[in-house]
Amino acid sequence: MKGFVDLDRVSLRYGGEDDGTLALHEATLKVALGEFVAVVGPSGCGKSTLMKVVTGLWPPTAGSIAVSGREVTGPLSIVGMAFQNPTLLPWRTTLANIMLPLEIVRPHCTRLRRERASYEAKVRDLLALVGLKGFEDHFPWQLSGGMQQRASLCRALIHDPSLLMLDEPFASLDMFTREELWMALQDLWLARQPTVILVTHDLREAAFLADRVLVMSARPGRIVAERTVDLPRPRALEVTYEPYSVALVHELREHISASRTQTACKG
Amino acid sequence: MSETVETPVRRGKPPLIRRKTLRRILPWIVIVTFFALWEIFVRLFEIEQFVLPAPSAIFAAGWQWRWPILDNSWQTFMTTAIGFLIAVAFGLLAGLAIGSSSLIYDGFYPALIGFNSIPKVAIIPILVIWFGIGTVPAIITAFLISFFPILVNVATGIATMEPELQDVLRALGARRWQVIMKVGLPRSMPYFFASLKVAITFAFVGSIVAETVAANKGIGHLMLVASSRFEVPLAFAGLLVTSVMGIGMYAVAAAIEQRMTGWAMRGADGGMNAPPA
Repeated sequence: MKGFVDLDRVSLRYGGEDDGTLALHEATLKVALGEFVAVVGPSGCGKSTLMKVVTGLWPPTAGSIAVSGREVTGPLSIVGMAFQNPTLLPWRTTLANIMLPLEIVRPHCTRLRRERASYEAKVRDLLALVGLKGFEDHFPWQLSGGMQQRASLCRALIHDPSLLMLDEPFASLDMFTREELWMALQDLWLARQPTVILVTHDLREAAFLADRVLVMSARPGRIVAERTVDLPRPRALEVTYEPYSVALVHELREHISASRTQTACKG
Repeated sequence: MSETVETPVRRGKPPLIRRKTLRRILPWIVIVTFFALWEIFVRLFEIEQFVLPAPSAIFAAGWQWRWPILDNSWQTFMTTAIGFLIAVAFGLLAGLAIGSSSLIYDGFYPALIGFNSIPKVAIIPILVIWFGIGTVPAIITAFLISFFPILVNVATGIATMEPELQDVLRALGARRWQVIMKVGLPRSMPYFFASLKVAITFAFVGSIVAETVAANKGIGHLMLVASSRFEVPLAFAGLLVTSVMGIGMYAVAAAIEQRMTGWAMRGADGGMNAPPA
């Protein structure tokens, strides 16, 4: 089977060829088109490295990556990214911040000047979908952390990317805001069906949002376990407290602690 | 929505206004007090006018020679402004190049520091050999002395771009120059405008020093002539005019800064200078 995202024994080593840190070790994974995959693992296991490799920001040391059937050699414009920090530009309003990808990605950048109004309407719709209606003209520092993160999600989605890469986007938020944003993200995903790779260390988050959860080992990162989440969509928050989810989280936790003890001596 | 961040400035309004007016008049109080003390000091110790003239004598001389002073100030103002504008253009472009490429940075930075360490007064005689006595050496001196802070600040602003911000754009397939135009340049603007305030006063120093050494016009030249004729109050009047011009240009630079980069100033006074939401 050929996946939409296809990693074949990908390794990445920082620094020197021999003495550098091995961050990823022969990671192999496939993600189907429109699938929501979560990657969990202990901190420092190379999850963020995985993101950078898949999006083509860093070339791998070994192995090959293909997205949409094509070998990844450089950054891909079909990708939307959101990080743990919202990374909004402080001199731009919410609206202008979300327009940013449109100014860069083809074919939007050439159309933007002529069809500004329709693009702005699109941004407003998206903002309404995540509950940011009325905050279009606010500057990022006038928004709370949760609202900034919503805006950051909108920015990742505005150019209709077929692949959405989320690098612990909710990690710095409190639990209630985080749960609110899970719902917002689920709504966005159901409405647009992009392929999503979510990197997180929150197991409940992974179990609630994903179709499939991959467990990475401690550095050097490898995929050590995989679990499919059989829960109907749309999921309600209560699902996370039902026996199925609790058992799933429990199982994921065991995989992670097992992978940690194996490599504990390496620090 | 309960998540909005409201600036809590509004609550303390009455004391804030009093504080604001105080802040506005305080500079004037300082200046007037300074001149008053000076006047008292000169009169009390009966200091000779050619050593230290009293402010009253300085103002009188300034009024008496108002037309030559105005004429020469205009000359100085023009040379400073032209030199400064060239410095802004050059500093911005060179800062952009140096900040966005570590290769250019490594290559040029040591040479630039070396060049900047040369006292600009030492260059003026050479400029006179090349361009003769007059306006051109003053413009070049103003430029040479003021471009460096602009260049360093713009370069710093661009070089310290957050890597995540770059990743966001690069992941979209943005080219290097796009990252710099969309993120690096706007980001370096607070640094740039801060440097303008330093550079404008530097430019003044440059043009006046050049006029003192080699010119037949300008406020520096006027002061030189005045002191050689022992018209010390007039020389002081020249100094006064210079500092007034300096304050004026600084204020212009500060006002532009306020307008352009209010987003970076939000912490300074509780968000009062923030652009309207």
